[in-house]
Amino acid sequence: MAQIRKLMKNHWLKNVIDTPVLSKSITSANAAKTENSTIKEDEIKMFSNQNEDWWNLNGPAKALHSMNAIRVPLIRDGLVQCPYEDRTPTPLKDKKILDVGCGGGILSEALAKIGAEVTGIDASRNLIDIAQEHCQENIKLINKPKYVCTTVEEHLNDHNEYYDGVVASEVIEHVANKELFIKSCVGVLKPGGRIFFTTPNRTRATQILGICISEYVLNIVPKGTHHYDMLVTPNEMSFLLERNNCHVELIYGLFYNFLQNRWSFVNSQMLLFAIQAQKLE
Amino acid sequence: MLLRKNVHRLLATTFNNRAILSVRTLCTNKEENVKDKYDIIIAGGGMVGCTLACALGKNSLMSHLKILLLEGSPNQNYQLKPEYSNRVVALNQNTKSLMSSLKIWRHVEKARLQPIRYMQVWDACSDALILFNSSDILDDDIAYVVENDLLLHAVNTELTSSKIRNVQIVYGAKISDYRLSKDDGKIATHNIVKMTNGDVYACDLLIGADGANSAVRKAMGVQYLSWNYDQMGIVATLHLAEESENVTAWQRWLPTGPIALLPLDNSRSSLVWSMWQDDAKRLLKLTEEEFVDAINDALWKQYPRSKGVEACMSWMSSWLKRAGLPDGASRQLPPSVRSIAVGSRAAFPLGFGHSVRYIAPGVALVGDAAHRVHPLAGQGVNLGFGDVKDLTEFLSDAIYTGYEITHHSWLEKYESSRQRHNVPTQIAVDALHRLYTIDLPPVVLARSLGLQLTNALYPIKKLIMSHATT
Ligand SMILES: Cc1cc2nc3c(=O)[nH]c(=O)nc-3n(C[C@H](O)[C@H](O)[C@H](O)COP(=O)(O)OP(=O)(O)OC[C@H]3O[C@@H](n4cnc5c(N)ncnc54)[C@H](O)[C@@H]3O)c2cc1C
Repeated sequence: MAQIRKLMKNHWLKNVIDTPVLSKSITSANAAKTENSTIKEDEIKMFSNQNEDWWNLNGPAKALHSMNAIRVPLIRDGLVQCPYEDRTPTPLKDKKILDVGCGGGILSEALAKIGAEVTGIDASRNLIDIAQEHCQENIKLINKPKYVCTTVEEHLNDHNEYYDGVVASEVIEHVANKELFIKSCVGVLKPGGRIFFTTPNRTRATQILGICISEYVLNIVPKGTHHYDMLVTPNEMSFLLERNNCHVELIYGLFYNFLQNRWSFVNSQMLLFAIQAQKLE
Repeated sequence: MLLRKNVHRLLATTFNNRAILSVRTLCTNKEENVKDKYDIIIAGGGMVGCTLACALGKNSLMSHLKILLLEGSPNQNYQLKPEYSNRVVALNQNTKSLMSSLKIWRHVEKARLQPIRYMQVWDACSDALILFNSSDILDDDIAYVVENDLLLHAVNTELTSSKIRNVQIVYGAKISDYRLSKDDGKIATHNIVKMTNGDVYACDLLIGADGANSAVRKAMGVQYLSWNYDQMGIVATLHLAEESENVTAWQRWLPTGPIALLPLDNSRSSLVWSMWQDDAKRLLKLTEEEFVDAINDALWKQYPRSKGVEACMSWMSSWLKRAGLPDGASRQLPPSVRSIAVGSRAAFPLGFGHSVRYIAPGVALVGDAAHRVHPLAGQGVNLGFGDVKDLTEFLSDAIYTGYEITHHSWLEKYESSRQRHNVPTQIAVDALHRLYTIDLPPVVLARSLGLQLTNALYPIKKLIMSHATT
């Protein structure tokens, strides 16, 4: 585990330095380099550990699990508005959604559960395997997400204007080239479709709480992964989205109560925020 | 047992929880001979339990769920009789809108109900009085008086209509035992409901709607705060001396407890008279004529008053008058009672009860199972219907978000939203009961001035009304 973490960390640092190589840089989160063949054995050993880690509701990814309770409604209500009497258990039926940086599939499965045709992409083969395996094992989940190990800019090649919704939750803070990332995310979106991001804000508070956040809140990423400089502010996000022909519809502050493991929408965007935008025709 | 041990070992060595879940279910099924497995079982088909079954059954998000309602008493045929039942409830606007949304209200309206448009509450130990007038506070009726059995019949008419297909009802159900699910965070088992005839049912979510002595609550093993008031509520159907529009609810605070008249029609009202147990036993033994005299005394008799209280009250009146506020002098005279409907006199024990938890893993309480109040403010079943509305909303929201109905986050939301409403109401009702069963002059003075002032101050009155109707 520790080795993977170290690896990932190095990868991030490298990515930051590598920024000029725009088109080649991996823009999705959670990427781990597997070039080095000597680590293969360890990796397999860790595989099951990490599998359990991802899907243990009280494990290190527990904040991501509980976060579903607010990001699923956000995405659902952003994509469909349904009067109370007509609601069904699968409101997202027939909606194609891309989960960028899907990791172990925590959000992808949750969206598939309410009917969406989800494609989860992640640059890490490991994580894609974990996601794939879990969704196959989950007998209660009939409508399974599709997982692909790729980056969003690669995915754009054959999915131009394909999706009704695109989600990148807790991802962009790890991305080196944010412009390209957002441009690609918007590219796969149908005109009129909606795009959702959640990410920590770059403020004094997150700078100070940075350690606390990566340790308690975003446990899935190794310590030191959240580089303060990598964080974006709601203004920057809005700017990038508007420049890519999107109309920003909502910005909410997010708050995580880690004692209760409960998320809520709040007015203050000081710590984390969610942003929703519509791609213009 | 061995099998279970093995299952636990399995659990420790594999990550695939779901596979185990089915093994575990299988083994409980073998052990107990489960007759049927349901998503939701509602234990108790009183007014609250039946309304909940109806609300869940009608909800489009829950149409795929299998629901079972277990009621201990036999299925009774209902017929509207000319004589009113002696058990009635005053339903507030919130209950009305819930019932309307479930299409139950139209059955009640078609049968009979009486609106309450005015309410007069006054103190036997002083001149203090408070008057609520629906038109200047709510723009609508304050409440509606409906017979319990008529309401239950209306609910059942909808519940058994062709619009609801996923609710099964078992009448005469004798439950012998519950074994509640354990949720250790990894693996959730089912709730098991055992019947005395040997049938065993399993469910994901068990809802206790089984009244103040709830066996579900006992099985949950939660702390239950309760006391008896050493009071009984005597009910009866009253024939009034004179016909009138009769849309006023009357309540007079006697030193022994409140007496209340709820309107039924032009010439009849329903009595709810709370008193100490000894007094109740005495009153139950009186002939019906003597009992009628006792009621008229309770409504009209002058009680001995403290001079000090009198002086202060008239001083306050004059100040209110000078400030241009209502001084309470515009009191209406209560009706006189001619007779009671033969055999309609009955008595019920009164108590307070608060379940510290409304939920446990896979279990929730609604209605009197979760909370019991003194009937002096006519809140009891209205709180229960509030539970029904909120629980239905939270469960359907869980499904709409892709969660299991037993997910703790949504059950916790139910608990906290209901306790935030119910507990203050219960405390206020209990405090009123205590305040008015004391006849020490300083207490009488304080409450009389308080009541007089509340009556004069429109915003406070409005606040009380709006809490009582939600
Ligand atoms: C004198 C008096 C006057 C009142 N006046 C008012 C009023 O004006 N307004 C108001 O809002 N409220 C009033 N109330 C309160 C109101 O009657 C109760 O709040 C209401 O009846 C509670 O409904 P419930 O369905 O929760 O419980 P209950 O009515 O107690 O129903 C519980 C049901 O569960 C069933 N049951 C219990 N145990 C089992 C078991 N083991 N197996 C199967 N079935 C079981 C019972 O048969 C019953 O049908 C008054 C109460 C009293 C005593």
